[in-house]
Amino acid sequence: MTKHTSLSRRGFLKNAGILGCSLAASPLLTPVSLASTPGDHRLVVIVLRGGMDGLDLVRPVGDPLFSSLRPDLSADQNALPLNDFYALHPAADRLHSLWKSGELAFGQAVSTPYRDKRSHFDGQDILEAGVDANGAIRDGWLNRLVQTIPNSSLRTAFAVGREDLLILNGDAATSGWSPDVTLSLSEATRLLMKKVHQNDPLFSSALSEAVDLTEVLHPEMLITTEEAADDPAEMMSDAMRMAREHGSISGIASFTAEMLRHDTRIASFSIGGWDTHVGQARNFKRALSKLQDAIMTLKADLGPVWEKTTVMAMTEFGRTVRQNGSKGTDHGTGGAIVMAGGAIRGGQVYGNWPGLEEEALYNRRDLMPTADIRLYAASAMQGLFSASTSDIEGTVFPGLDLSPGLPKIIA
Amino acid sequence: MSFDPNIAQTRFGYGPRLGLDAPKSVSQMLDMLAGPDTQAERFPIPGFVDIYDHLKEVKQLTIAVRKARNKGGPAVEKTIAARKKKYAQMNRKREAWFISTLNRCTTTEDAFRERLVRFWTDHFTVIGKGPQFRSVASTFSEDVVRPHVNGRFVDMLKASSTHPVMLHFLDQFASAGEGSKLAMQGKRSLNENLAREILELHTLGVDGAYTQKDVRSFANLLAGFALGEDGRYRFHPRKGNPGPEVVLGKRYGRKKPRVDDVFEALEDIARHPDTARYIATKLATHFVSDIPDPDLVRALSGSFIESDGDLMALYEVLLNHPAAWAPERNKVKQPFDFVASSVRALGVPEGTLTAMKRKQRNLVFFGPLKLMGQQWETPNGPDGWPEDSAHWITPQGLAARIQWAVSAPSALDFKLPDPRDFVETALAGQASDATDFAARAAETRWEGIGIILSSPEFQRR
Repeated sequence: MTKHTSLSRRGFLKNAGILGCSLAASPLLTPVSLASTPGDHRLVVIVLRGGMDGLDLVRPVGDPLFSSLRPDLSADQNALPLNDFYALHPAADRLHSLWKSGELAFGQAVSTPYRDKRSHFDGQDILEAGVDANGAIRDGWLNRLVQTIPNSSLRTAFAVGREDLLILNGDAATSGWSPDVTLSLSEATRLLMKKVHQNDPLFSSALSEAVDLTEVLHPEMLITTEEAADDPAEMMSDAMRMAREHGSISGIASFTAEMLRHDTRIASFSIGGWDTHVGQARNFKRALSKLQDAIMTLKADLGPVWEKTTVMAMTEFGRTVRQNGSKGTDHGTGGAIVMAGGAIRGGQVYGNWPGLEEEALYNRRDLMPTADIRLYAASAMQGLFSASTSDIEGTVFPGLDLSPGLPKIIA
Repeated sequence: MSFDPNIAQTRFGYGPRLGLDAPKSVSQMLDMLAGPDTQAERFPIPGFVDIYDHLKEVKQLTIAVRKARNKGGPAVEKTIAARKKKYAQMNRKREAWFISTLNRCTTTEDAFRERLVRFWTDHFTVIGKGPQFRSVASTFSEDVVRPHVNGRFVDMLKASSTHPVMLHFLDQFASAGEGSKLAMQGKRSLNENLAREILELHTLGVDGAYTQKDVRSFANLLAGFALGEDGRYRFHPRKGNPGPEVVLGKRYGRKKPRVDDVFEALEDIARHPDTARYIATKLATHFVSDIPDPDLVRALSGSFIESDGDLMALYEVLLNHPAAWAPERNKVKQPFDFVASSVRALGVPEGTLTAMKRKQRNLVFFGPLKLMGQQWETPNGPDGWPEDSAHWITPQGLAARIQWAVSAPSALDFKLPDPRDFVETALAGQASDATDFAARAAETRWEGIGIILSSPEFQRR
């Protein structure tokens, strides 16, 4: 295979829109027919790593203490109005357009049950495991959700990106792939590779998934014995070009949308860069831009499926209410959840506002959480997958009590 | 189960290379490690002080850009171009240091040292942030890890906690004590980042006996670090907090903040039994198994306490423990180690790597490492790279390794070995029947090599 064949074939597939058809027709992606997949709703969970500052994104401008606690961070007067109390970060203009069309909502003053040590890594583990503060970190809550869904298959849930996501790890078989990776092997070599890996379960299952997925995702990179490359170095450049074209957050979101348009109902990926101890004005904007890229790409690429979709962006904890001396904020407790999609009841900021007076703060430093973030996820599960209270309280979020009532976030 | 040269070179080294001998005994490995650091001399990488002038230059160029922007006119483009050129120059240096690191790992018989250097560099993870520091993370390993890799833990901890790249990465330059003059004037305030990560990641571990209050007091004790004109840390009492501070139940310092009080606290924290247990678990996990043998962890932890953090004594316990020589290959090589051991097994001459052009380096090393999930010097956060095999051998992670194994060796300017010989060199007689067959059945030389490097026998250790 030469570079030209590869490119022209890829170009052809893309332009003719055949990639989509080939996906639907592939036996690998459709082990079950569309009719028997677990319902029509889609849930995307974006893990925001580093502690997203919910007070910077969803600003309580109606609270008289807000500007005095954050003189620099609240200085920009161009925050985008949400309602008579909250305003959106000035750089969140694309999210604001979704707000106006009723496809965006927030929950303010939420948190996981994690308290006090404020470690990113423990905080993320507890967020993804969906357990109480001292719960065992074994598997992820999205995986346990899949276990409760009838007729689920390998492609029902998909982890996207290079990292191994705890939130989707567990007993239910789920898929994982990063759209910037290619695997171009001749048929003969592919068979030999399988043989070499066959006695090592970790390697053989990873390889067979990799082969299945690349056959479907990048058919242009497949090499039959007849057209096998005689120049492996050129293959390397091809692979790196694919990596450049598909490695951005938009590439990840675009791939996620592609999967969701077919058999996948639950997907997750992560966005980092939220740990804004220093120079928050600049650094927060950068991470926010990625979040907006992700959500807007999902909307654009999902097409009509967007109407059936709920996106939830969650973080391990919020940040300190007061700005610190380096115009940033430190690890805190209460934060915000972002919800988007055609399936939600948008245009609202859910949650009770705890106030910013020193005695109203958690440990006199953090926003006091007024709701467990898992209640939002539970509400989505009920609305999207008809999850039962007993499944949620017993399996997905063991120990969570739903009786205080859930925010009604699904339309 | 006891010493075995094959296990020694793969589990505790970078694997075989024609012309280099496998270790002969535990004492030979330890003697080499106790001896001089010859690879650092052979493939030099500068320390922070040596390159600090470059960082100053970046700062000057940035000031020039700002001034030009305020004034407007043709100077704007000129100053931006000058700064861009400087960034490119720094990036070329960083890439050259990567090649030196790779050469050190691929051409040494003292390979346990290189593995330990990577282990400790990851333990004290730094990430070069921002325009000044982004290219210079490599200096940390030279200044902090290599000089103390066969010394005492507390010395490495002190060096780490005062290194400019660490102080910058964890925002310590920006921190001032709660009661400091600067904080009183409203110019600065306390930043907890370094204090928290020293306790959580470098010493006691997240399950260790510390609270948020300890983090806060320790941050107050640490406040005061700044960067001196000579590229070494300075301690400014006016940034520090009027003490004393109580950390883990002990009082440190007095009214006037001093750096010696920081060192005193670090000595106590390094000696804490939680630190011993945490370091013991990490070391056993990194070298032996994702779920380490409890007896090995106990032995290491005991040695750490008894010898007061003497690292040579710690390694001796590791290498003399039967669990270290278990025949099961429980660990998967992380991507850098996979690439380094491949280059080593292939026998790529050091000159070939040194002579690589920028584009080729990106194609063969930097791009693929990113795809395999281990972008060079860019872990997700201060907790460094994950250990567990399942994290690395995902469909996408394994695909990236296989793609590299098949195509990268051919992109290097040297003659590929015959797969029938290479299956012997690379796997040192440990090839499974399937791998032995596949290596011979491959249609081309490069596919045969790719299959051998992709095999679980090669990727596990």
